[in-house]
Amino acid sequence: MSDFAQHLINGVAAGTIYALVALGYTMVYGVLKLINFAHGDVMMVGTFLGYAVAQQLGYEHQASLWGVLLIFLAAMAGCAVLGFVIERFAYRPLRDKPRLTALITAIGISFTLSYGFQLDFGPLPGAAPRAFPEVIAPREWLIVGDRAVVIWNWQVISLGIAIFLMVMLQGLVYRTRFGRAMRAVSFDHRTAALMGIPVDRIIALTFMLGSALAAGAGILYAIKDTAIQPLMGLYVGLKAFVAAVIGGIGNVPGAVVGGLLLGLVEEFVVGYSSSSWRDAVAFGFLIIVLLVRPGGLFGSVAAEKV
Amino acid sequence: MRSALAAVLTGCVLALVGCEKKTSTPPSSAPSGGTAAAPGGTPGVTGDTILIGEVGSLTGSEATFGISTRNAIDLAIREVNAAGGVKGKKIELRVYDNQSKPEEAANAANRLINQDNVLLILGEVASSNSIAMATKAQPAKVPMISNASTNPRVTEIGDYIFRVCFIDPFQGYVMAKFAHDNIKMNKVAVLRDLGSDYSQGLADVFERKFTEMGGKIVARETYTKGSTDFRSQLTAIKRSSPEAIYIPGYYNDIGLIARQARELGITATLMGGDGWDSEKLFELGGSAIDGSYFSNHYSPDDPNPRIQKFIAAYKAAYGSVPDALAALGYDAAMVAVDAIKRAPSFDRAAIRDAIAQTKNFHGVTGSITLDEKRNATKPAVVLEVAKGKTKYVDTIAP
Repeated sequence: MSDFAQHLINGVAAGTIYALVALGYTMVYGVLKLINFAHGDVMMVGTFLGYAVAQQLGYEHQASLWGVLLIFLAAMAGCAVLGFVIERFAYRPLRDKPRLTALITAIGISFTLSYGFQLDFGPLPGAAPRAFPEVIAPREWLIVGDRAVVIWNWQVISLGIAIFLMVMLQGLVYRTRFGRAMRAVSFDHRTAALMGIPVDRIIALTFMLGSALAAGAGILYAIKDTAIQPLMGLYVGLKAFVAAVIGGIGNVPGAVVGGLLLGLVEEFVVGYSSSSWRDAVAFGFLIIVLLVRPGGLFGSVAAEKV
Repeated sequence: MRSALAAVLTGCVLALVGCEKKTSTPPSSAPSGGTAAAPGGTPGVTGDTILIGEVGSLTGSEATFGISTRNAIDLAIREVNAAGGVKGKKIELRVYDNQSKPEEAANAANRLINQDNVLLILGEVASSNSIAMATKAQPAKVPMISNASTNPRVTEIGDYIFRVCFIDPFQGYVMAKFAHDNIKMNKVAVLRDLGSDYSQGLADVFERKFTEMGGKIVARETYTKGSTDFRSQLTAIKRSSPEAIYIPGYYNDIGLIARQARELGITATLMGGDGWDSEKLFELGGSAIDGSYFSNHYSPDDPNPRIQKFIAAYKAAYGSVPDALAALGYDAAMVAVDAIKRAPSFDRAAIRDAIAQTKNFHGVTGSITLDEKRNATKPAVVLEVAKGKTKYVDTIAP
């Protein structure tokens, strides 16, 4: 029973990261119908930015509250700029071209970032993994029995930050003018433009927002799993994409539920059978969900507009 | 403009190639084909020098391995030459880089054999590179000694291929014996990397030997490369409350596994193999890795005077403490020199036979005896991790 509880905690912690990364996928897809495969790599860049800031501030083990905030904000701001640049120079010129073109460009950017960052040149980090500093001093918050179940402060803090970001995002999309414009662009960007909505600006802002969320997720990931290296984004990005599709791509609560579900499924598969089954089961799960609900758990199947 | 630049570049390349040819052609015009010894001189031996070759990963992902190996081999050769050389001849070393890639390793071996006509070849560390070199050395009947490739397949390529390190299965046995006899563990869990032949080999042997000794394997879990979250496996391991966990993987995974194990409240002793040997282990593992044990080829704290003398010489020459790969490189060179001394002639076949007869050779990494499969039978050391360093604990003989 106690290891069931521990598996539950582990699964939620892993799922939180998937959920945050999935949010970025979902937003960009919702607005542009573009699967931004570079999203995971933007997350990687975010963790390296956070790492650089932590190094500059001299944090080996513990940062002050302001320090942690600064690390998050710097990484998120840096990635927002990166997201803007990627959108402006790689995706916008292709917006009216066939969708496949933009998809291939996205894959190109993903590889450029993940392999470019492996160069050991100037400020680039090189291929070797490094340890992200423990910016939140680890402390045990809850211990059940003889350390049968352990919950750490950073697990709770991460979950808190993730929920906070998700609630903010939901509010932004459904309660603000910007959100309404976003949804209008998502529905039909030509008609939205006719209604006087600045489509280019809305799309650029969506990209920046998604990239900033990825950076936040990246820092939380680094706090959880310590090692960061340039290829980390490919793996997490793929999983988050699956999470977004399970939840119903384009749907904000769907991404969150999909992420948590995927984290829990993986955890219990590994915990009670074997790690070699993990990816097979995770992706098998995706297929079953899509067979039963082709639009994902929360998605609705819209008829293709002709 | 562009064509002018191209012409200049081509000129430079040609000049370089020309120079290289000049320096690498032995003056006595020895045959460049390889195996047949011309009446004027045997391959690799000209006048008063013996030319031997080395292929190493001097650049690329395993550059640290290649550089310390090259340094140590160079040191060994200089020591031999300073002491008067072998049979009145000085040894000359020619080193080529393989960029940490098997195909480049094969090219470099080809060049040493066909162009430089070396007497024998030393290297490599990574088994895949050694195998690539061996497939060139064996058909040309050029003796080759790998310093640190532990995969059993390396010496199975043929009877001219040797190594001075132990092979993977032995390490599994070493840690099983250590766990059972030294630290008296009875209940051990095994966590292995499913995608690595190295990890699988060590784990299989450990499980078999440890059970034979009367110990109990209480949990078997696996992970796959690329994952950074090992909590689910560790939580499953925790359920069986083992006294120790054997994790024969590479340092980049081990650091994280150690951290996450401690985080989940697992206090079991962690144990592993030579894949742990890296400075990165301490960075990634932090204090979580302290008190863990792993098997390795040599320890710089070993009080043995032969080892301490080597360390002092290496430090004086290169300013750093030699790692296990350097120690093995030094031994590979010394085994080669010893064989050249004992061989009745400079014929490559005679050298091969002499290497095969190596018995109780006192190297830095222990007493080396080559068995009929051309592998070294020699002891392994067990090291303990303590505060970002390793500490010598014990030596375990085969």
